Amino acid sequence: MSAMPTITYNFGYLDEQTKRMIRRAILKAIAIPGYQVPFASREMPMPYGWGTGGVQVTAAILGPDDILKVIDQGSDDTTNAVAIRSFFAATAGVRTTTRTKEATIIQTRHRVPETKLGPEQILVYQVPIPEPLRFLEPRETETRTLHALADYGLMHVKLYEDIARHGHIATTYAYPVMVAGRYVTDPSPIPKFDNPKLDDCPALQLFGAGREQRIYAIPPHTRVVSLDFEDHPFRVQRFDRPCALCGAEDVYLDEVILDDRGGRMFVCSDTDHCDQRRAAGHAGTMAPQGAPKGTSKP
Amino acid sequence: MYVAVKGGETAIRNAHALLAEARRGDPAVPEIGIDQIREQLALAVDRVMAEGSLFDRDLAALALKQARGDTIEAIFLLRALRTTLPRFGAALPVDTATMTLRRRISATFKDLPGGQLLGPTFDYTHRLLDPALATQTPAAPAPAAKATPKVSAKAASKAAGKAAPKPPMGETSTPAAPVPRVTDLLGDEKLIEPAPADTGAEPPDLTRTPLAFPADRATRLQNLARGDEGFLLALGYSTQRGYARTHPFVGEIRIGEVEVELFVEELGFAVPLGAVSVTECQMVNQFHGTAEAPPQFTRGYGLVFGQSERKAMSMALVDRAMRWEELGETLSAPAQDAEFVLSHSDNVQSTGFVEHLKLPHYVDFQAELGLVRLMRGAHAAASDALQDGDPE
Repeated sequence: MSAMPTITYNFGYLDEQTKRMIRRAILKAIAIPGYQVPFASREMPMPYGWGTGGVQVTAAILGPDDILKVIDQGSDDTTNAVAIRSFFAATAGVRTTTRTKEATIIQTRHRVPETKLGPEQILVYQVPIPEPLRFLEPRETETRTLHALADYGLMHVKLYEDIARHGHIATTYAYPVMVAGRYVTDPSPIPKFDNPKLDDCPALQLFGAGREQRIYAIPPHTRVVSLDFEDHPFRVQRFDRPCALCGAEDVYLDEVILDDRGGRMFVCSDTDHCDQRRAAGHAGTMAPQGAPKGTSKP
Repeated sequence: MYVAVKGGETAIRNAHALLAEARRGDPAVPEIGIDQIREQLALAVDRVMAEGSLFDRDLAALALKQARGDTIEAIFLLRALRTTLPRFGAALPVDTATMTLRRRISATFKDLPGGQLLGPTFDYTHRLLDPALATQTPAAPAPAAKATPKVSAKAASKAAGKAAPKPPMGETSTPAAPVPRVTDLLGDEKLIEPAPADTGAEPPDLTRTPLAFPADRATRLQNLARGDEGFLLALGYSTQRGYARTHPFVGEIRIGEVEVELFVEELGFAVPLGAVSVTECQMVNQFHGTAEAPPQFTRGYGLVFGQSERKAMSMALVDRAMRWEELGETLSAPAQDAEFVLSHSDNVQSTGFVEHLKLPHYVDFQAELGLVRLMRGAHAAASDALQDGDPE
């Protein structure tokens, strides 16, 4: 059998040329907030649709001194978050954390942390379909033209039709936003509950869509407005009870099915936020006695 | 009492350990070697190389072994390595007219210079399971075929079952004398459109520039060459069934090894890097002509790493279908729609996005749950208000 070629990988997996290419796309994205910058997305060693865009952005901005947090559905412990965190721990040897406050880079799928982010932090979103108009117009050639002309009539008609049919806008996640008054942008499939956190956020927000080969950005302190109408203002979801473990109100909750007799409990989707609150002595109606479950360090 | 879902890391580790065990299968059965896969599952290896866009039989065989025989998973493994490799230049265009042929057939001419050479093909085999293969007996050597895949005029004419009118090539052909392509023979009479001229422009590289529309033909062909065989097969088939019919004929299919050369600036000449196996399909299609252009045959082109006639032919059919605009045809079917075809041809992308539905989506689902409850509440209230006694 012939000899296999030696296989070696760079810091953070991607080669430096590729990182430079991604950084150029990121810089352009920051310069034109909300605009989708095409980039030559690479095959990553995890499948497309599993966060390759976010992983490429993170790999391009990650330095040896960074502290990385990865969440999926708000949780550090979901399998894909674990897989991505260990990928960077292995390929870049960076420190990882589950604490929002400690992290310099937070890669996320489907949530924005409840803890307010600071100016020294970067939030990297994994994006499946970066084009907010995609389900109204499947052709990229068309949607790029619509963006160029800032022609967002289609989107407003869609939202209006929702109201006409249901009495309210029937979009609960990936709710479209207007960034810096110019580009209608997909905030990734976060619940619309999180949309207000994007506005005037002190942290840099980067969005990576690997399969669709797009990067876009919301620079710090940028105006981000969820689309609505004067007589139908944008409203976020409200839960009619607090977190059963930490008693937090005004947070996004996961519904957990307890039994087959309709038993339910609602707990924080942001596991770090819940842990921190419980460590600080807050308790919900179903909080276990004694110390909270430890925040397991990877 | 609710127990927080923890332990993802342990679960993943255990799943991977199970995977390794399942990959190995029954330890009483000898482990399969990379060389066995490379030699005995060569067509699977070829497909992985083609769609993985990396010509390396050993790595493709390793990928197949690691992927437990899952072709798309193996393609993915190869791509994830390929993407990290440095690109130090673009090879000169390969000249398939000078390739060392293992197989060469034309459906448009009974005989032609260079002859018909069947080569190793499943065509004309009876698809009966062969119990003899279930036992490990040494195979009988192939009659005429030699270990070295060289074409001689004699072998070519033998394969065609008749004497060639004039031996077009020497008895021993190292390096092989050129065997003219059917499209070149037709081109002499201007019966077929000429091959697009080489503009000398740097070819596009889809792995280094994002796909954009409209895409030129070179970009389209590059996309198809690494596109999913099954997807292209279905699209090509659809053109035969009337969804943008192109009246195709197989002008020629040739399989063999072609030399790859790199022009080195410092040396001032091209140096050979080695040979790659390719399958080339030249599809000849009808064209009625326009007011300006006389009737003429047109081309659809397919070129794939390794031996895959199915893929090369499908590619040629889809390539021709996507040329509708340039040839003044009307857009009527999916196979013609370049944006549709090129955006969905890549199986590594497709499988990733389809399979990502396995990932947790409970945050979004929670939002939808809330909405459905709200809407059902409103619906019930409206029904009550109507008092029409609907028992729902």
